[in-house]
Amino acid sequence: MSGATSKPPAPALPMARAGIAPGWWAAAFLLIIMPLFAGDFWLFQVFGWSFCLGIIALSLMFLAGYGGMVSLVQMTVAALAGYMVAIFGSSGVTTISLGLAWWIFLPLAILIATAFATFVGALAVRTEGIYTIMITLAIASAFFYFTRQNYDIFNGYSGFNLVVPPRFFGVDWRQPAAFYYLTLTMAVLCFLAVAYVSRSPFGLALQGVRDNPRRMAAMGFNVTAHRIAAYSFAGVLASVGGILLVWQNTQVAPFTAGIGAVIDILVIAVIGGVRRPLGAFVGAFIFVLLSTFSPDVLSSFGLSTERFKLLIGLGFLAVVFFSPDGALGLYDRWREQRAKARDPLTGRARSGAPR
Amino acid sequence: MTGVSRRHPVWTLVIVVLAAALLWLILAPWTPGLESVLGRKRVFVNALFGGLTLGALYFLVASGFTLIFGLMRNVNLAHGSLYLLGGYLGFMIGNLVESVLVTLPLVFLLVALLGLFLQHQVFRRMEGEELRQTMVTIGISVVLADLMLWIWGGQSYTLQTPEWLEGPATLPIVVGLDRAGNPVYMRFPQVRIAILVMAIVIGVGMWLVLNRSRLGMLIRAGVDDREMLTASGIRIQYVFLAVFGFGAGLAGIAGVVGGTFQSLSPGEDTRFLLASLVVVIVGGMGSIPGAALGALIIGLVEQIGLVYAPTYSVVFTFLIMVAVLAFRPQGLLGARR
Repeated sequence: MSGATSKPPAPALPMARAGIAPGWWAAAFLLIIMPLFAGDFWLFQVFGWSFCLGIIALSLMFLAGYGGMVSLVQMTVAALAGYMVAIFGSSGVTTISLGLAWWIFLPLAILIATAFATFVGALAVRTEGIYTIMITLAIASAFFYFTRQNYDIFNGYSGFNLVVPPRFFGVDWRQPAAFYYLTLTMAVLCFLAVAYVSRSPFGLALQGVRDNPRRMAAMGFNVTAHRIAAYSFAGVLASVGGILLVWQNTQVAPFTAGIGAVIDILVIAVIGGVRRPLGAFVGAFIFVLLSTFSPDVLSSFGLSTERFKLLIGLGFLAVVFFSPDGALGLYDRWREQRAKARDPLTGRARSGAPR
Repeated sequence: MTGVSRRHPVWTLVIVVLAAALLWLILAPWTPGLESVLGRKRVFVNALFGGLTLGALYFLVASGFTLIFGLMRNVNLAHGSLYLLGGYLGFMIGNLVESVLVTLPLVFLLVALLGLFLQHQVFRRMEGEELRQTMVTIGISVVLADLMLWIWGGQSYTLQTPEWLEGPATLPIVVGLDRAGNPVYMRFPQVRIAILVMAIVIGVGMWLVLNRSRLGMLIRAGVDDREMLTASGIRIQYVFLAVFGFGAGLAGIAGVVGGTFQSLSPGEDTRFLLASLVVVIVGGMGSIPGAALGALIIGLVEQIGLVYAPTYSVVFTFLIMVAVLAFRPQGLLGARR
């Protein structure tokens, strides 16, 4: 069992309803009233971006945390969904874009990207552990080089620009507050979906497959099918995140799914902690904060503002070195230590508590 | 060899026929009919030899990668960074000292030292945790890439070709007839021939060390069963250090070689990391002959694809990988574990 199931993260689940910590209510309230006091930059650039990246990282977290498969192809699936939105919807490249209605191209994009994710999964599950990383990395880079060279469909190096969210339900989703609520809603939905699936029979079987595939196979579970289905589910999540990300950037290009971006998603998931769905969003928020504000911080220390990658890389190394569970793991450890510091009988602080 | 041919007579025949056809394609002058299908012979033969050279370079990078993986089960995703670092160091040293014979060993030594440091200070602390090691190598590659960007900037460098290797060599291969009817022989840059020879020498040397020496025996035993080797009193950490240092140094040398016949710029590290990934996936993880075969196939496909279908050359590489994974997941020459 992973940490995710030992502590109920999701509201709306009957079993967990009694145990929702007040922190969750406070966080939910804060997120809902955020547009009242946060500026447009924070809503759109910080929170909007965090939620997009968080959803993509969540799909990786689902595969890695519950399936034990570290797939580096999630960003590629996301970018493919973004490309499909640009190709079937409207973009600045009018010669390629078909300009279909949003209720056609959105399902179509998710469907195609999910089919691609399933195909990749079918390939990747033939191998295990580190081999999966290698193969998905190779596929991701093949996609990157292919989109860069293909001009007929993917418009080559420059990709598609002016990919804006369509107006539906009479709202301009390009506005910061509207986009904030759109991404927030999708992030919460994806989060709940992962929390739900992880406790469904399928999710439990998947975790069983992660822990001991041979035993699960002996019990009559189809190990390969479970793994491929996990890739499909993660593919849906990634394509939702990818579409939002493309709308946030208003463009999609080969570098959307370049090696750097692929690694970024892994960094986000690991920094946040791959054991719990929440970790993906925590990691994404930290990543976005770092990448948005590191120029200011770096220049205040007298360093060149371009060293942001160095900061991220060193942070990632530190996390992998000292806390394999990421930031949430650190939080858990801190709580454990506090709990240890109290005497279990009297509840008072122990003198000279063991650390 | 005879055992293989006896066990798979049909496949042996197919391979022999294919090899003979290839040899005929290279050596014989082409008829006009053939030229109308495949284009001019010079283009084809040049692509073929270009592919061979590229394969040689890929082999230099991938053999260290596969050796490290085979012994330590550690996917060193910072291998591409070691390649690029070797190239940059080669450029710096090449500016100070003219001779390649100084540059190559020096770069080998420096990058090998970095490799020793990584193995001793980083990977030894998390032995057996494959996933964590892999993540750490990703982190190291991100940090190294940014450090190199900091030091050497974003422009691209090309290393000076040593004087005694400049200019083309004439190979005894007829590529066509000139107007007077005399045979025109193929001309090919000497450097590339030197690279090819170097890769072959290093490959054969590695094979000899692995199969004929005591160190090689230790390494092979370590690949097969690490625990038993440790139990029989071998200090396996020293073997690990030697292999990691050697693999890293080889990547450094490959960087110098790659910087001579292509160029060095940020991004080349991931390119060569991916090339070595694909090469060892196709050839079989942990196998030196597999790395050679994989490098040959990938190099040839990339170059020939570049000539005949420029847009889709990446896709060919990818398709080969998919086909290998689908029908032989352990790689062409990989052992099933």
